[in-house]
Amino acid sequence: MSFWNFLINDRAEILSRTLQHLLLVGAAMLAAVLIGIPLGIALVRRQNLRRWVLGAANVIQTIPSLALFGFLIPVPFLGGIGARTAIVALALYALLPILTNTYTGIAGVDPAVLESARGMGMTPKQILWDVQLPLSMAVILAGVRVAMIICIGVATIAAAIGAGGLGVFIFRGVAMVSNAVILAGAIPAALLAIGVDFILGLVEQRLTP
Amino acid sequence: MSTAPASDGLAVELRDVSYSLDNRKIISGVTFKVAPGETLVLLGRSGTGKTTTLKLINRLLEPSSGEIFVEGRSQLEWDPIRLRRRIGYVIQDVGLFPHWTVEQNVAMVPRLESWPESRVRERVREMLELVGLDVAKFAARKPSELSGGQRQRVGVARALAADPPILLMDEPFGALDPVTRAELQREFCELAARLEKAIVFVTHDLREALLIGTHIGLFSEGRLAGIYKPDEFLHSSNAEARAFVHSLDAGESMDRSSPRIGGRRRKT
Repeated sequence: MSFWNFLINDRAEILSRTLQHLLLVGAAMLAAVLIGIPLGIALVRRQNLRRWVLGAANVIQTIPSLALFGFLIPVPFLGGIGARTAIVALALYALLPILTNTYTGIAGVDPAVLESARGMGMTPKQILWDVQLPLSMAVILAGVRVAMIICIGVATIAAAIGAGGLGVFIFRGVAMVSNAVILAGAIPAALLAIGVDFILGLVEQRLTP
Repeated sequence: MSTAPASDGLAVELRDVSYSLDNRKIISGVTFKVAPGETLVLLGRSGTGKTTTLKLINRLLEPSSGEIFVEGRSQLEWDPIRLRRRIGYVIQDVGLFPHWTVEQNVAMVPRLESWPESRVRERVREMLELVGLDVAKFAARKPSELSGGQRQRVGVARALAADPPILLMDEPFGALDPVTRAELQREFCELAARLEKAIVFVTHDLREALLIGTHIGLFSEGRLAGIYKPDEFLHSSNAEARAFVHSLDAGESMDRSSPRIGGRRRKT
């Protein structure tokens, strides 16, 4: 069976797996952004927490993805078989680049700008929203971009714990020894990564001060 | 609570103020008064506590002991945010917001204070004219599109925008080239004479201090060695003051000994 035949005959499944893949990545990224950005901001104010939190995020990043999915299966509430576990694992992977870039971006704002903001009577909240966040937005977004690419790639492994997504084709293809089926998962995943990266690149450009 | 009420008519008063960091005294026993229309220049070598003193006035730092009065009220009675909006602040690195236009930068405090938008625009126009910048040309520019001197002009305009009675300036012209510096110093003198503000100005340049100050407060090792009128300073017997005056002479004699075009060297 050729790749093109498979593509044409199974386009409905390819489409639905792609959508599933995007949903996994989207949910995980949403969680990672909602946790990572506030946490990164908090780390700038609490330097003593920084080593521990960034250390922990680094350690998570070094766990092989298949192992992380495996580890999570027996964990109550978060784990089990299916999409929920996959989303948790993907969010953990996405956390590090978002966290470090948020921290680096905010900590890198020109101290003279901060001193004048404070000296002229801006409240801490105004400094965060009007100065620190806009000035570090490009760096934060670069982190989100990296996290997104990692997520789209790693999400192919999620099929191993029954979470669906484009990984299903890859695992199926490996079992069937069919390159065509493997490619039906790998190519859309690669295209997704490239497309999302491109779009986020445009957003990043627009937001760069 | 305060031991004595603040003197009337003063904009800034420090009484026996000390500040320590990690058990190290940065400044100790600093006392001075600044009235509206006066410019007190804090003169001293690097690391003698001038900047620290300035930051104590707008409460970017809290004194370890002593009292600070701003407009006759103890600093403790002021809400720090309100206090800072009544005090213009200009620093050497300017610290304009790079993501905002010149107009937005100058309008910062008036907008924080929720002035009506028409009044804000009017005020920005006035301020830019005051510091000698063409509104039509500069209002929409970003700080990155300005020269160092223009940036510092915008910094001064921003500090004055909400018409604060007090102005703190920390080596505002220190990073400029000598020609631009002289230009801004001269213009600033005229401005200061016109505006009737209480100004505290930090510098390590005696020439600048003599030009700008109505009074010169000499800092030495975290203490205020004395407060002088500019002409008194030149004849002071204080060792540190003489060291500054000598440095001025040294600079001049070096000018004299440097080669001049056309052999116009003065005979000594």
